[in-house]
Amino acid sequence: MSEFAGKDRIAARSVGRSEVGAGHALFGLALLAYPAVASDFFLTQIGGLSLIEGMIALSLMTLAGYGGMVSLAQLSVAGIAGYVVAILGHNDTGVQGYDWPWAVTVPLAILAAAATSALIGWISARTSGIYTIMITLAIATAVFYFAQQNYVIFNGHSGFAGIPAPVFFGEDWRAPVPFYYLCLFAAAASYAGVLYVRRSTFGLTVQGMRDNERRMRALGFSVILHKVFAWFLSGIVAGIAGVLLVWFHGRISPSSIDVAASLNILVMAVIGGLRHPIGPFVGALVVVLLQTFASDLVGAERFNTLIGLTFLIIVYISDDGILGLWRQFAPRFDHADRSAG
Amino acid sequence: MTLHRTSIIALAMAACLTAPWPVLADETLKIGVIATLEGPFTVLGQEGIRGVRVAVNEFGGAVAGKKIELIEQATDATPDSAVRAARTLVEQKGVKLIIGPLSGDEGLAVKDYAKTQPDVTFVNGASAAQDFTLRNPAPNVFRFSTDGAQWNAGLGTYAYQVKGYKNVAIVAEDYSFPYTQVFGFLAEFCKAGGRVASKSWVPIGNKDFSSVIAAIPDNVDAIYVALGGSDAVNFLSQYQQAGGSAPIIGGSITVDQNVLQSKGKAREVLIGTPSSGPVAELTDSPAWNTFAAAYKKQPDAFPSPSIFALSYYVDAKPLLMALQRTGADLSDGGKKLRETLSKISYESPTGKISLDKNRNAIANEFITEVAVASDGTLYKKLVKVVSQTNQTLGFPEAEFIAMGPVGRDKPTCGK
Amino acid sequence: MTGGPADMNRIGGGEARLNAMRGDVFAACAVLAMALWVFFGAWPDWLAGALISKKTFVSAVLNGLTLSGLYFLVASGFTLIFGLMRNVNLAHGSLYLFGAYVGYEASTRSDVWLLGVAAGALATAVVGLAMQILVFRRLEGDDLRQTLVTIGISIVAADLMLATWGGGAYQVTPPDALSGAVTLPIATGVTSSGTAVFLRYPFYRLIVAAIAIAIGCLLWLLLARTRIGMTIRAGVDDRAMLEASGVNAQIVFAGVFALGAGLAGLAGVIGGSAFAISPGEDIHYLLASLVVVIVGGMGSIAGAVIGSLLIGLSEQIGLVYFPTYSVVLTFLIMVATLAVRPRGIMGKAR
Repeated sequence: MSEFAGKDRIAARSVGRSEVGAGHALFGLALLAYPAVASDFFLTQIGGLSLIEGMIALSLMTLAGYGGMVSLAQLSVAGIAGYVVAILGHNDTGVQGYDWPWAVTVPLAILAAAATSALIGWISARTSGIYTIMITLAIATAVFYFAQQNYVIFNGHSGFAGIPAPVFFGEDWRAPVPFYYLCLFAAAASYAGVLYVRRSTFGLTVQGMRDNERRMRALGFSVILHKVFAWFLSGIVAGIAGVLLVWFHGRISPSSIDVAASLNILVMAVIGGLRHPIGPFVGALVVVLLQTFASDLVGAERFNTLIGLTFLIIVYISDDGILGLWRQFAPRFDHADRSAG
Repeated sequence: MTLHRTSIIALAMAACLTAPWPVLADETLKIGVIATLEGPFTVLGQEGIRGVRVAVNEFGGAVAGKKIELIEQATDATPDSAVRAARTLVEQKGVKLIIGPLSGDEGLAVKDYAKTQPDVTFVNGASAAQDFTLRNPAPNVFRFSTDGAQWNAGLGTYAYQVKGYKNVAIVAEDYSFPYTQVFGFLAEFCKAGGRVASKSWVPIGNKDFSSVIAAIPDNVDAIYVALGGSDAVNFLSQYQQAGGSAPIIGGSITVDQNVLQSKGKAREVLIGTPSSGPVAELTDSPAWNTFAAAYKKQPDAFPSPSIFALSYYVDAKPLLMALQRTGADLSDGGKKLRETLSKISYESPTGKISLDKNRNAIANEFITEVAVASDGTLYKKLVKVVSQTNQTLGFPEAEFIAMGPVGRDKPTCGK
Repeated sequence: MTGGPADMNRIGGGEARLNAMRGDVFAACAVLAMALWVFFGAWPDWLAGALISKKTFVSAVLNGLTLSGLYFLVASGFTLIFGLMRNVNLAHGSLYLFGAYVGYEASTRSDVWLLGVAAGALATAVVGLAMQILVFRRLEGDDLRQTLVTIGISIVAADLMLATWGGGAYQVTPPDALSGAVTLPIATGVTSSGTAVFLRYPFYRLIVAAIAIAIGCLLWLLLARTRIGMTIRAGVDDRAMLEASGVNAQIVFAGVFALGAGLAGLAGVIGGSAFAISPGEDIHYLLASLVVVIVGGMGSIAGAVIGSLLIGLSEQIGLVYFPTYSVVLTFLIMVATLAVRPRGIMGKAR
């Protein structure tokens, strides 16, 4: 046992490949087997939703954790994808809705989201730190209000309803089990993608810029170009999540992308932890669980206090959310391992 | 390495998640109630809950020998939160009967969800969106309360003919519920020959109405105001501060209880304001008096039931009646219950209520004027009953449908 | 214009400068004259037609100015706290709402409006002090976490206030002497008999603007002319140096936090006498003060003045002339400002 752990550590140090090691395999198997034990409700409302919102939080986390740019606009980016699906595909609202096939609308939606994200990145590229949070908050609010006030394209406050998930390969992809696997596949792909990019030359360059922008500029890197491309990539993740989210709810309206919901994504990412891409998913799961069951714990009327307090306490005692707590306490076990080995 | 640990914790969490949810198997009947219990509309949601409780108490807390268990699910007035609440009730808590939700767009969202759950029976709470039942109705959705256009039935004619207002300005919030109200008011007002001098659609969230007030033309006979809650209070007090003198015509929620009972000067402007809606002080009616007395026993109740308490009540009661009649037997997926529900016609506190073919109520509406009660509180004094109003406001259905769905410029007023 | 002595010696340059200055003065006079005419002159029909009516336009401008006053009151505390401690207090809106509720309770019970104002300001100052000592001092140096903690506080505070005061709308009643409308010497039209119609305007709104100007002046005096102000400014510029010079920075921090929070509470009661107090107002004023200080430049009082004028005016004028997208406008101004000047109009580069 200890020998195993030791080997693992050495492997991690030398090639950093432990990430596709035993932990991942076990965890992946558990996720794959989850439908065998979970009810439909737990499968979609907890499992599916956590994966989707986790992806949006992941989009935020990659920018924040690797690029040092905390964006509150990633939910808006996801919302753009959702709106594109609602507008170009089918909806029951009687506004827009061109009934294009999903094979066309989905790539367009993801592309639109990524392009929007890149645009936001370009606008905010010169800001840093708290100012990036603020400019993206302003952009998110502007998008929300525009969608709420515009009836020609966005159908205003009412938004769109009756947006179906596609049926292909003989499966209705909104049925609980297929939908869960769809979300799992998308989340796993995004997660793996983030891990890959993080180690790529591009990813390392962006992390270099986070740590010392001037030095990277002096080395001849185009900071703006790299930042914008990072935003583009994170926009793809948010876009995929946006498509899944609109299939999940079957509807989209400005309230899906309002300021409170955007802050919620930040809350997820922070609760989970901003230093590793598993963090956003952990955070999303915690928040979704709280949102679903808090009202059973403390009654329907005071559950915001519980959510707020949970968030407050985690931020207060840990410098990197739940992952940070894990790191604070886990080294002791690690140490025990080492001495035994 | 870190990852390794993270995976284990996540795994442990996943394991917890698969634990089966306890299922209660006994003689209780679970009824889900969706109401706005978060955010600015919380007061209204609490009113709705009071209405449901009054109805349940009337049945002694049980129907056909089964104890009623109310499961409240909070929303924050957004459509997404309403769907989330409905999903939690149906898919997690196994509820087959739902009362709610409260607001217009929430109603539309829940209607869409209802189509995916044909075995669950939905009765409205206080959603007043026209298309909750009018266009693309769901067969398992019922509304025994009326819609926002119905609430203003008779008001346009009354304002034009009795009050003599020929030229009005409109100030309303910029979303579907006020569109519906304005639609109901103007459909009659314009037909009678009235004119609209200006329309101000104020974005939701705006607090400062003073510039909107300044932009109202000087020569209007009255201002029709469809703003709710604190926005109504803001508009009215600012109108008074600005020395405005044109009379106000109130939308249904502009003069509802929570505004009438607000603390401050806004209420003074309201005295004498005509308005219309599903509620009035029907002190001559024993049915109303019984209901009002039962309502007042609820904790923190207003001096008189609001629209929201009444709506939830008139929707909850027929559901309980139908359950009683069918022996609360839902083993056929609620088919028999829904058949019974669609045929129910009953005497509510505000008069007879029956359903049309879209399962929308035909009921009385009331034109009221705000008056001061002996104890100094404001109340809605009955002026006129608009008897048995249907969803098309008495227009032939084809003509009404042809006016199109509600919107910023519907109906066009003689232009 | 503040070119040093070296500049002055170069005669030619001086002359060009003088000409440029003449140009500036001329332009300023022209703008002033124009403004005077817009307010006090008689409008030709085409102009009145284009802007709905003179009354509408002038009211919108006045409303914008007075609303700016309220925004400044809220935002000044926010920017003060940020300027010194780099702490983005996202619970600032909650302080506004809390102050308003306390002010309502105090003024209704005592029937003295000023007592309500004092109680509101004092209560939030105490809460602010507690937040600084119990929470922020422990997270010093970690800006992001401080900000996140304030999000948590605002969520909890909103829920607890909802539990205490319910969801209804409250309004603080200002004294009779301050309410009602006054006639301003601005003619907005003529009656058929030829007498001029003068603009009627809510008196209380003018009072709000006056209070804002007074508070603004006091803040400026405090910061620019007193020893405490000097200490604070020193802290803004270089915190480490301040501490090294023997000042107990913690006391300064606590004091500034209490002052900033107190200003939010003061604004709450002042604003709560003009607008309804209800759940959701916390977010509204938080967003407003965020936009104001970000456009103006965080940490700068002058920036808060510019920001609140810009936002107040654009909100009100937008509401009248293009209501549909008026709410978007505010945020677009913010985006545009930050894209061009990443630290706001008056913001200093680090």
